[in-house]
Amino acid sequence: MEKAVAFHWRGFRERYGLVGSKCDHCGRYFFPPRKICPSCRRLGKTREHRFSGKGKIHSFTVVRSAPDGFEIYAPYIMAIVDLEEGARVVSQVVDCRPDEVDIGMPVESCFRKIREENKSGLILYGFKFRPAK
Amino acid sequence: MKRPKRDVAIIGIGSTNYGEHWSCGLKDMIAEAGLKALQDSGISGKDIELIIGGSMSSGMFVGQEHTGALFADYMGLNPKPAIRTEAACASSSVAMRVGYMAIASGLYDCVVVGGAEKMTDVYGSQATTALAGAMDRDSEAYFGLTFPGVYALIARRHMHRYGTTREQLAMVAVKNHLNAMHNPHAQYHIRITVDDVLKSPLVADPLRLLDCSPIADGAACVVLVPASKARKYSDTPVYIKASSQASDTLALFMRNDITVMNATVEAAKLAYQQARIQPKDLDLAEVHDCFTINEIVSCEDLQFCKKGDGGRMVEDGETEIGGRIPVNPSGGLKAKGHPVGATGAGQIVEIVEQLRGDAGGRQVAGAETGLAHNVGGSGSTAVVHILSRNKR
Repeated sequence: MEKAVAFHWRGFRERYGLVGSKCDHCGRYFFPPRKICPSCRRLGKTREHRFSGKGKIHSFTVVRSAPDGFEIYAPYIMAIVDLEEGARVVSQVVDCRPDEVDIGMPVESCFRKIREENKSGLILYGFKFRPAK
Repeated sequence: MKRPKRDVAIIGIGSTNYGEHWSCGLKDMIAEAGLKALQDSGISGKDIELIIGGSMSSGMFVGQEHTGALFADYMGLNPKPAIRTEAACASSSVAMRVGYMAIASGLYDCVVVGGAEKMTDVYGSQATTALAGAMDRDSEAYFGLTFPGVYALIARRHMHRYGTTREQLAMVAVKNHLNAMHNPHAQYHIRITVDDVLKSPLVADPLRLLDCSPIADGAACVVLVPASKARKYSDTPVYIKASSQASDTLALFMRNDITVMNATVEAAKLAYQQARIQPKDLDLAEVHDCFTINEIVSCEDLQFCKKGDGGRMVEDGETEIGGRIPVNPSGGLKAKGHPVGATGAGQIVEIVEQLRGDAGGRQVAGAETGLAHNVGGSGSTAVVHILSRNKR
């Protein structure tokens, strides 16, 4: 589903820099950023947090039947990553073969092209993860 | 939740067959299911006071929104008020629940609830995109995650943590295809083997094509009245003993334990409390098997077995017709089909047929109490209904 420029523009920080939020009241981290901490609600104090990008694979799959715009990447690895701060993200895992990935594998974030929008010609970027160096 | 002001009963059911209905549009299916439900109930259209219809993504599947009024219009029920409910694949279970609340509260005496989805008027990739709207679009779908991918992540973790095997996943599909052989509403009447599942193409590892529910068209409707008036219309009313619902994060990755659907756990607890029964008192269940792993996870979260034991449960035949707790005698989403907006109402139709003793070759002998469990997205919405043929 194609979206106008504003949608992509307002997500730059979060998707380019892996920026989420932290609640200073309870210490929980969130990605994507949340304004309301679901644990503390009105008592919560959330502020922006840039994740280190280091983490471990929590679960993974290989997407072989790709959605619109991702066909040229298929098959690609998607994983839930446990970030070292405690939050999780879901992301593609690159620079390795599917048979090299396993639960618990250390990974780090990297900056990559996500896909191209056909009609507008926008090239969308964001984080992916790769095996930790 | 408080006790209802009065109990609610089902006096009529109607369903289209599920499948690729190239000759039927959304309106045709709504009309067919609605008409069948009204005929089955023996009630007259003028007695209907409210219509509640679920559809997940009619806007993306056929470009049609405003399906509340569309339901009323094509069932011939104008000018009665109509409401559309949407909760992804749980849309029509939410319709059922809103209808239950409308009668339990005393506001209405006769309500038609149901759901419909027309999924085959778009190409497969467009359907995939529409369905992806049930997950967190900005933080999951944006990066290329698909629904089979979501359930594959759950499956991988469940296998890692509990030792659930690839064969056990396949056994869910084999059982549900076998049950669907006896269901005239079912999309598939094809027997499959574990080997067929294991040799079908990978969609999102470890899930294969025969682990996935199909794209389908279909509609289903149910007529609700107060329990005190049910006998006036029907010799075989079915009573709603519980109607419960819970929510969870849209995104799977945000949950502490991705092998548990907390919304199912919560909705199930509430439902057993409302119905004042234990899971062991159930004679059958329709469970949300959009992918084989989800029947296993859901059987655990509905307390049919202890956590982690869902794979063993299917392997030991406990969920077969004739087993300890038959699960998805209809064939389930896997083999009966999964026209998303109709699925929840379709589960209710199956349980009512079972409790009436009308389920033919897939009849669970002597069934008195059944549970329907319907999930939206990756478990962001869960709805549970418990139905019984006994008023008390």
